[in-house]
Amino acid sequence: MTTNYEIIIGLEVHLQLNTESKLFCGCSTKFGEEPNANTCPVCLGMPGTLPVINERAVEYALMACRATDCKINQYNKFDRKNYYYPDLPKGYQISQFDLPIGFDGAVTIETEDGYKDIGLTRIHLEEDAGKLIHAGSVADSDHSLVDFNRGGVPLIEIVSEPDLRTPAEAKAYLDALKQIMLYLGISDCNMEEGSLRCDANVSIRPEGQEEFGVKVEVKNMNSFKAVENALSYEVERQKKMLENGDVISQETRSWDDTSNKTVLMRGKEEADDYRYFPEPDLMPLEISDQWIKETDDNLPELPLAKKERFIEDYELPEYDAEVLTDDFKLANLFEETVGNYSNPKEVSNWLMGEFLKLLNEEGISPDESNITGNNLASLLKLIDDGTISSKIAKDVFEEMFNTGKEPEAIVEEKGLTQISDEDKLVEIINNILDENQDVVEEIQSGNERPVGFLVGQVMKETRGKANPQLANKLIREEVAKR
Amino acid sequence: MEIYEMNLRQLIEAREKGELTSEEIIDGFIDRMNNVEADVKGFVSRLENSSGAEIKEIGDLRGIPIAVKDNMATLDFPTSCSSKLLEGYTTPYEGTAVKKLKEAGAVIAGKTNMDEFAMGSSTENSGFMTSRNPWNLDHLPGGSSGGSAAVVAAGEVPAALGSDTGGSIRQPAAFSGLVGLKPTYGSVSRYGLVAFASSLDQIGPLTRNVKDAALMLNILAGKDQMDSTSADVEHPDYLAEIEQDISGFRFGVPKGYLELELHPDVKARVEEAIERIKENGGEVVEVELPPADQALAIYYIIAPAEASSNLARFDGVRYGQRLGDGDIEEMYQKTRNEGFGSEVKRRIMLGTYALSAGYQDELYKKALKVRTLIRDQYKAVFEEVDFIITPTCPTPAFKMGEERDPLETYLTDIFTVPANITGSPAISLPAGFSEDGLPVGVQLIGSAFSEKRLLQAANSLENILDIDNPVQL
Ligand SMILES: [Zn+2]
Repeated sequence: MTTNYEIIIGLEVHLQLNTESKLFCGCSTKFGEEPNANTCPVCLGMPGTLPVINERAVEYALMACRATDCKINQYNKFDRKNYYYPDLPKGYQISQFDLPIGFDGAVTIETEDGYKDIGLTRIHLEEDAGKLIHAGSVADSDHSLVDFNRGGVPLIEIVSEPDLRTPAEAKAYLDALKQIMLYLGISDCNMEEGSLRCDANVSIRPEGQEEFGVKVEVKNMNSFKAVENALSYEVERQKKMLENGDVISQETRSWDDTSNKTVLMRGKEEADDYRYFPEPDLMPLEISDQWIKETDDNLPELPLAKKERFIEDYELPEYDAEVLTDDFKLANLFEETVGNYSNPKEVSNWLMGEFLKLLNEEGISPDESNITGNNLASLLKLIDDGTISSKIAKDVFEEMFNTGKEPEAIVEEKGLTQISDEDKLVEIINNILDENQDVVEEIQSGNERPVGFLVGQVMKETRGKANPQLANKLIREEVAKR
Repeated sequence: MEIYEMNLRQLIEAREKGELTSEEIIDGFIDRMNNVEADVKGFVSRLENSSGAEIKEIGDLRGIPIAVKDNMATLDFPTSCSSKLLEGYTTPYEGTAVKKLKEAGAVIAGKTNMDEFAMGSSTENSGFMTSRNPWNLDHLPGGSSGGSAAVVAAGEVPAALGSDTGGSIRQPAAFSGLVGLKPTYGSVSRYGLVAFASSLDQIGPLTRNVKDAALMLNILAGKDQMDSTSADVEHPDYLAEIEQDISGFRFGVPKGYLELELHPDVKARVEEAIERIKENGGEVVEVELPPADQALAIYYIIAPAEASSNLARFDGVRYGQRLGDGDIEEMYQKTRNEGFGSEVKRRIMLGTYALSAGYQDELYKKALKVRTLIRDQYKAVFEEVDFIITPTCPTPAFKMGEERDPLETYLTDIFTVPANITGSPAISLPAGFSEDGLPVGVQLIGSAFSEKRLLQAANSLENILDIDNPVQL
């Protein structure tokens, strides 16, 4: 008999807020600079320096809290978390302990069984530490170097409740969280550049058992896929252990991408004692009702709401709404276009088809192309009024994508206007009919199939500019006359 | 009168009248330093000749040398906090108070000796040397701003900056026959002051008289964008209208304070001061304050707790002394163990203990609660009186080399600590001398941001006490 296990996962996500300057000083937060280029006496913790709070970071944290339905501690403060590490210049990290800026929130994810709310325990603000670079390998180098560019960069830590039940849910949660933060524009959520970091707590318990299993912490997962893989591995590892009658020990494990395994980082030590106490160099943060209200009023529409509205207002299939709202820049382009052109499904088709194809080829994001809501709408109108064929429209679109030129200008410049002039077409058609006497006879004898061949000849002659429906009609008329 | 005997205002006046040039002033003081510093040992680093001095063309203090305690960031001299751990370390930036002095034209004369990281009350805890009290070289100038007090008392500079966490400006001022002002917490920027206990530290001047203290405060006070705990309040001209009659002030004598274990001469001088106030029409009433040792008890929890965290940055990674060439743990341990003196270690241990899991509620958090209660009680008293009057210290200056129990030494802060706990401004001014000829100080404490009136009251008390207090040595 095999036991069924219930999986319990909680995630701690560190997000770098994309402010221009650091949390407590004016240094730039720009990624990829020379080591220690973005530092000053304050973020290096030089003796005698003092932190001064970056209001923008508080604003961003507040937005994150409100977008995830967190309640706000209107009187919150910073605390010192004391510990020694060479990349921690002051010997303490300025963080928030008992009064985080936000608490008791939720993020809605989509599961196979529908929507599910994942609780958020808290969201708090803190400063990042620097980075150690080991000369050679950790094992045999005789020294390490410290880069403090990241030291003092503003982070929010988002701690979920242990509400996640599968690795797939964990990934869905991260996707949803990332999407919200991108919508808010407060973080790049880039795991490779370290602007989003995630640690997981995993335990399992036999179904029906009340007390939680022993919790294992998993660190160093550097992509969403890695999170899912690491959690799946860890769950299996724990199941096997329980089935073998082994005892799971409380420990911290590290995800190794190359071997696709979690490996032991450190076992259960004595409980950390961070000796938290209120940061005496900063005044408490007071967040007024007014500030909260302004934040709420200025929150953008969030991904789920937008998706539902797209289905409702534009009568789009769920799939379309999902794809379009996946990226708010794409969603914005859609709405801009629909504002100038009244067939939403047609716009959706173009964006999901040609547009995403070109974006993928170029590896860029929607706002980096030259397509605007205005010129896409103009293009679609040119198709509707017969100026160009939809086939030609694809070439025009590509040109618009690359150059940003107006569709009318491209059509004009390249002489792509569809030939709808009947006299001109009749002349061309008669020339073709003359050259294809046998085909004419075949049609006259009642076989309609070669009409298509003749249309093809007309398109070839006009290099695609003839209006195919019109050509079809005129061919029949001219054949009948003979 | 020799240049070195002149106080700040006399120097400014002489220069305005064309009797002295900025160059003559700085030369006069450098000569004085070269003559007496070997005895006083007040400086850990200083200007030795005027060619090193940058004399500005503008500012009230142009050409006037001001000494700065060794825990304030300066570009001209190292900032070592008189600790071996930071020996020779120069900060890459300048603190706000120092910057303001320079903007006022002052020449930074040097960095003064102190108890290591401002922990102590004698300068005997300095990592480098012990300073001497110019009134009697066998005695100590007090601490932790002892070097600053010694160099002003000896006429090596007319004024100096000190920092006061539990009395470190006022106690050495009292021991050295000077005026020492601890402004309201937040009125002078702490940016550039190497923190001992952030919520208690405050920079202030040591001067020869009250008016010079007012002059210095005019330069130092103000909101600083670099210090978010600095207060955004209007600072009046503290020198204007400083001459007021003592009869306009109401003083409170805390019940039981003069019955504490006091040196008889200290008790006598403070009682005399109170008598003189009454004779001159000032009002003196008894007020009820929390027991003096209560503030002291919580001070010795809060200050070490903050210190244990503030001093964590001295780990040998980025600056200062680095010892040990093995692993990182060994480096931390060796650097800190050999770099810090025993008093600093004692307080780091106390603070770490007070903050550690299991003790935090019982010690640190309780101390914060009591702190709030004490603040409230002081607030209530300031509804009744303008100022509280107390001795500055229980005794005159300590003798050098005397064995003193650390706990007993902590008791010397009993009258000065409450002003730091409550954030109130407080001033110590000379009240006369002991039978041995050592100075005795009297302290006035005011309510938050009452410096204008506090300086008026101190000035009027200085006038009626009229103590002859010449430069020593
Ligand atoms: Zn910085």
